[in-house]
Amino acid sequence: MIRQGFVEKNLRFLFPLPAVIFVVVLMVFPVGYTFFLSFTNWTLTSGRPLAVVRLASYIQVLKEPRFIEALGRTFYFTFAAVIAEMVLGTALALVLHRSFAGKNLMKTLLLLPLVATPVAIGIVFNLFYDPTIGILNYVLSVLGLPQSGWVSDAKTVMPSLIIVDIWQWTPMITIIVLAGLAGLSTEPYESAMVDGANSRQVLFRITLPMLMPTILTAVILRAIDALKTYDIIYSMTRGGPGYASENLNVLAFKYSFEYFRMGQSAVMLVFLFVIVMAFSLVVMRLRRAFEM
Amino acid sequence: MNKRTLNTALFYLVIILIVIPILFPFVWMLMSSFKTQVDIISWPPRFIFNPVMRNYQRVFIEQDFLHYMKNSVIVSVSAVALSLILGLPAAYSIARYKQKKLSIFILVARLMPGISFLMPWYIVFSRLHLMDSYIALILSHMLIALPLVVWVMSPYFDAVPRELEEAGMVDGLTQQAAFLKILLPLSGPGVVTATTLSFIFSWNNFMFSQVLSQQKTRTLPIAVYNFLSYVEVDWGAVMAAAVVIMAPAIVLTMFFQKYVIKGLTTGAVKG
Repeated sequence: MIRQGFVEKNLRFLFPLPAVIFVVVLMVFPVGYTFFLSFTNWTLTSGRPLAVVRLASYIQVLKEPRFIEALGRTFYFTFAAVIAEMVLGTALALVLHRSFAGKNLMKTLLLLPLVATPVAIGIVFNLFYDPTIGILNYVLSVLGLPQSGWVSDAKTVMPSLIIVDIWQWTPMITIIVLAGLAGLSTEPYESAMVDGANSRQVLFRITLPMLMPTILTAVILRAIDALKTYDIIYSMTRGGPGYASENLNVLAFKYSFEYFRMGQSAVMLVFLFVIVMAFSLVVMRLRRAFEM
Repeated sequence: MNKRTLNTALFYLVIILIVIPILFPFVWMLMSSFKTQVDIISWPPRFIFNPVMRNYQRVFIEQDFLHYMKNSVIVSVSAVALSLILGLPAAYSIARYKQKKLSIFILVARLMPGISFLMPWYIVFSRLHLMDSYIALILSHMLIALPLVVWVMSPYFDAVPRELEEAGMVDGLTQQAAFLKILLPLSGPGVVTATTLSFIFSWNNFMFSQVLSQQKTRTLPIAVYNFLSYVEVDWGAVMAAAVVIMAPAIVLTMFFQKYVIKGLTTGAVKG
């Protein structure tokens, strides 16, 4: 006899309830409040009460060159980093997908960059990038190449930051693709053997197409995080030199917590939010499409 | 040398070429943390030097890193524990009753930019005089940990056969008791995965603590970052601080490698 009291009958509501209340209070309300603030011109330090100005803050922000540049940089950073990570990460996985002595150790090594604290990683790369004492300029000078300003030069700061992102997150793609490779069915390979396909045909006609759902999901998850990149950029350059490495997240952070222009910052947050959510919707669509 | 040995040799050469760039930043960080400032700024960079403990002394004795470490432990452990308490029943309900919308609702917290709630939190927590309090920090870190717990655990619960719980219920257990006494003990590996991953991401978090904490509750990532704001960077001490902050996440990963991989691949790979 299965007992059916109040709790059992309503388990489907009672069990998730605390989590739902938590998310509503800490996420839904705050995001709603941010939306509201985006229609005001509130500046925390001005002492004036906030006034609803409708779209005035949006117009101000859209006219601000720093914002437009940060928007472009957000996409530049994301596309450059994620495409490199996808290609490198998949290639690495294809190399490592065989049994060899030390494979388990290799997997552990692959995990290290992505569990390492980004701020600390940023600091270590700053030491590498240092124009006078950094090992990278030393290597360039040994090779007889011109030295670079790396993160201290507005021209090279973005690629230098992208390199750090690639170092940290390529292994994540590799790990996910390796798991995907391990789960592939062997049948198509057997028939390809019978048909006498060469290894290049097998790679491009069988392996990669079958892996596509896994690669895509990994890449889009990664892209969502790359759009929000903050730790690495702030800890390495604080958006500098000048404003040369500010992305949306860094710029919005400065508007909120350095200039206290809450209204305009809220507008930027709305933009970032909409971009990230649009990407996320794509993920969910894709996942649903692949689950069929 | 036959072709096979040559192939193997080539393969391991490739492996070495992969391993060097992955490991080099860690090795350099560790080496620099034992160098004097003179050794660090010498040109060309020195690979052989006299190791000194001075940097670690500076980090632990002059800078009181133990205080920040204690804060990091309090915040991460509490955030993960509370997230498990809220997240495990939610994940169970999502798995048993196929509550897709609910799962998306909670997972959205994983996708959203943290800064879009950080600004309102800052305003509200200031009004409530909760700035620089553990409560504010723990709540903020729970928003990192909770979606991870749900993300990892709902497919896990889904895979456990219902018959196990039903057997317990036929023996007179309530459904919630069956969840606690039968399902949870069977889900150890899943809980380890969820705990490890959410602990690491909470431990590494920079932005939330940067805004919500000051001297009393400051966590390690901010303490390390503040080290840089001196006029002349004491690289050795900064590197020692970086080693200290990364060590727990790295040790955890080495112990729980299998679980971390499982967690990272959940959702992206079917099966």
